[in-house]
Amino acid sequence: MIPALSPNAQWVLFSTLILGAASGIVGCLAYWKRHSLLSDALSHAALPGVVVGFILAGAKSVPLMIAGAAASALLGAWLVVGIRDHSRVKEDTAMGIVLSVFFGLGIMLLTIVNRLPGGNQAGLDSFIFGQAASMVRKDVYAMAGLALTVLIVTILFFKEWKLWLFDPLFARGLGLPGRLMDAAYLAVVVLVIVIGIQAVGVILMAALFIIPAVSARYWTHSFGAMIALSALFGGAAGATGTLVSTMGEGWPTGPFIVIAAAVLFLVSLAFGGRKGVLVGALQLYIRKRRMRRRSAPGAF
Amino acid sequence: MKTEQWLEETGQARRTVGSGPAEPVLEVRDLSAAYRKNPVLADVNFSVGRGTLTCIVGPNGAGKSTLLKVMLDLHPRLTGTVSFFGTTYQKVKSRVGYVPQRGAVDWDFPADALDVVMMGLYGQIGWLRWPRRRHRELALAAMEKMGIEHLAKRQISQLSGGQQQRVFLARALVQDADLYFLDEPLAGVDAATEWAIMETLRDLKNRGKTVLVVHHDLHTVRDYFDHVLLFNRTVIAHGPTEETFTRDNLARTYGGTLRWLEAVVP
Repeated sequence: MIPALSPNAQWVLFSTLILGAASGIVGCLAYWKRHSLLSDALSHAALPGVVVGFILAGAKSVPLMIAGAAASALLGAWLVVGIRDHSRVKEDTAMGIVLSVFFGLGIMLLTIVNRLPGGNQAGLDSFIFGQAASMVRKDVYAMAGLALTVLIVTILFFKEWKLWLFDPLFARGLGLPGRLMDAAYLAVVVLVIVIGIQAVGVILMAALFIIPAVSARYWTHSFGAMIALSALFGGAAGATGTLVSTMGEGWPTGPFIVIAAAVLFLVSLAFGGRKGVLVGALQLYIRKRRMRRRSAPGAF
Repeated sequence: MKTEQWLEETGQARRTVGSGPAEPVLEVRDLSAAYRKNPVLADVNFSVGRGTLTCIVGPNGAGKSTLLKVMLDLHPRLTGTVSFFGTTYQKVKSRVGYVPQRGAVDWDFPADALDVVMMGLYGQIGWLRWPRRRHRELALAAMEKMGIEHLAKRQISQLSGGQQQRVFLARALVQDADLYFLDEPLAGVDAATEWAIMETLRDLKNRGKTVLVVHHDLHTVRDYFDHVLLFNRTVIAHGPTEETFTRDNLARTYGGTLRWLEAVVP
């Protein structure tokens, strides 16, 4: 049985729910920008920033750590683009480099900080796999506020996002400011990452971007519906994963959220009405039977 | 703020439509551009008069698509100026319509044909506003012109190549621009679509609009276009089709042997 949730746990649940919804929406943007992998590189790249933020504050200070995470994620994005544009290295290779180097740097810094007095009590480890329960009320408020901002920005400029994703050249021809859209897109991606890593962890954060969006793809052919469904799936995964992880002492949240999302994906893959495997097989079977009946002499 | 700016630009552009027939609609001076270190356009000079239907022809890799992109500030230029209706592109964006190559977008995107045609109206609709019934009707009317109104609710991933191209044309039509740039609109479409597209372009021309088309099929140049711009990194020849579309000029544009030219220009 699920025990009655404390007020704090309720807040945590609410915030992972809204985080899941926000990353589901932004994940759709990333999906059509063909940037699913970039979100993975950026979330790994956030880790050294978190630790540097902690060192600068001298204690656990969420605003400073979030700022650090954002700064190092943006630095990572800048490096990926820089390597892609100014060398022979392709984008996926550049992301591989940035992802592993930043993560390695983050772990190295973390090890050093953990040996400092007071360092190992700071719960920095929770940024790797995510520990929603380690969040205090203030973190939860910040997270919910930022996630809501992302939700509002994507919904208000829905039409512009759609045009920019489908046909960026035509969009610029219509006078849509391409640079501003690029910057806004990067901003919402980084925002969702930095608010999500405390709950989900840098390693698994990308899953919350990618899985709800591809799952939603199986159900609909409308961009609006895809965004709504992806938000729903992300929210459901966030809430379910958090609930399950509160059942055990010290269970990490991220893995449970990702497993919940993966279950939703498998269901979509099998039963999705648009491109689902089972539905497609069933349609093919019915059609074949009809053809066979029609061609078989004396069937009627 | 932004909404007003966007709308104001549109409004201003509409008010200054009356450029005289003598004044060129498009004037390109000393334009050059490069990809990384490789020059793709060099010393491009030409001007296009109002109400003309011009095709840009040249070999693969001659920089035809790049020329369109550079003129529309979609690719950086090294030198030169391009003036639209006697001013800069940024001031008259809404009067210029651009139809990219069909392959430039991902047709797997979740949208129906009407959605895509409506995109041509996003500039007029403005920021933070949703399309209204009036916009829907405009889009449907353009689709009817292209003979695809029955496909309005069809997923774009399920459209044939010709139908996709008609959707792009309809999207350009709803924009109601005065100058159109089309990048290979006739590439890989069936005969019926080719006919429908050319009919639309001729209609635009007859309404005093100016149309510039990147084109590949040399056999149809004489039938379809009143002006030709032969292009290979720079302008080789430019003028009325009758005078310009000659074996000599084509040989200078494409280089190499002339035997195949006999089939094109008898």
